[in-house]
Amino acid sequence: MQVQLNGKTTLLSEHCITIADVLAESPWSGRRILVEINGEVVPREAYGRTSLSEGDQIEFVHFVGGG
Amino acid sequence: MALTAAEQERYSRQVRFHGIGSEGQDRLARSSVLVLGAGALGSAIAETLVRAGVGRIRIVDRDYVEWSNLQRQNLYSETDAEQRLPKAIAAAQRLRSVNSSVTVEGIVADAAAEEIGEYTVGVDLILDASDNFEIRMIINDISAKAGIPWIYGACTGSSGISMTVLPGESACLHCLIDELHAEGDTCDTVGIIQPAVQMTAAYQTTEALKWLAGQKDSLRGTLVSFDLWENRHVSVATEQLKRADCPSCGEKPVYPFLSATNLSKTAVLCGRDTVQIRPARAVLLNLELWEELLAVHGEVRRNPYMLSLELEKHRIALFPDGRVLIHGTSDTAVARTLYHRYFG
Ligand SMILES: [Zn+2]
Repeated sequence: MQVQLNGKTTLLSEHCITIADVLAESPWSGRRILVEINGEVVPREAYGRTSLSEGDQIEFVHFVGGG
Repeated sequence: MALTAAEQERYSRQVRFHGIGSEGQDRLARSSVLVLGAGALGSAIAETLVRAGVGRIRIVDRDYVEWSNLQRQNLYSETDAEQRLPKAIAAAQRLRSVNSSVTVEGIVADAAAEEIGEYTVGVDLILDASDNFEIRMIINDISAKAGIPWIYGACTGSSGISMTVLPGESACLHCLIDELHAEGDTCDTVGIIQPAVQMTAAYQTTEALKWLAGQKDSLRGTLVSFDLWENRHVSVATEQLKRADCPSCGEKPVYPFLSATNLSKTAVLCGRDTVQIRPARAVLLNLELWEELLAVHGEVRRNPYMLSLELEKHRIALFPDGRVLIHGTSDTAVARTLYHRYFG
């Protein structure tokens, strides 16, 4: 399915059904991030049960550390 | 307390601004802020707040001024770098010359929970200008415990992020994240451009002015994240992420980061001129990825048990459990500076 990931049109592989699936395959895995889908923030514990749909706008917001 | 004629003149443009006015200016003059960190963000934040006329500012840093700071740390001059002045001292001098009516206190310290707790006494607001998440989690706990708001801010590359934490009202940083492990992308590894610093500081100081001038209703209420190079800007409402069971701000807070067991341990290894930094929780690092990340700084040697390289004339060893040995110093502040500079 095709989604907007951080503003870029991205084709997800077939077995990417939930946020957890997408995260597992991305460089964001294991990093300090917050996830928003279509303007709604998703709690960490819901990553595995939040399914994605065609055209979803996904934001991975990274808690950067420098200062 | 009315403004004097000189103050009227000095702050006239700010007083004319609808959000501040004479009353807001008067409140600013009576306010006291703590800025933790005097690097890029700390410089920008402190200068803005001192020019704006806060009453008192306390700025804390463990580092000294270096040549590579001058591109973005706007309080420092070439002379400061040549003299390797502690940042807190150089910052305080510069800030006093910018606005002599502000009480400026520069503190040179590798502050941990206890010290930071002391620095917050009598303070209305804490501004985060630190360079690592451990300190941010300590600030977050102190804020929750003492009921003092704090403003998170961080930046690397061309991106930045900020969030205002109001104890008892908003979600806190611990509600949002619970991972403190090093991620390796710091200003020293992926670089940073000055506009990313200024933008982050602008978000932080605008929120600070609102809070200090008594305009609580104008606070943003969202977490903001941007990338100036990629032309991206995201604002996230975080209320739903406030957790009733948050160990820092929930119904039964335990303030975990005020207890040493949840923090990394720094130890001088006797007779070896070496400092060891051990994360609070053992992690499992992918040494291959770290080798790639660190390769930009020079030759990295890796075997299955550790990798090692030389950073700023110190030999450094990184182990898969997150432990780092920094050779060539027995000064823990020097070691922690290096650690946070390259490991996050
Ligand atoms: Zn919390």
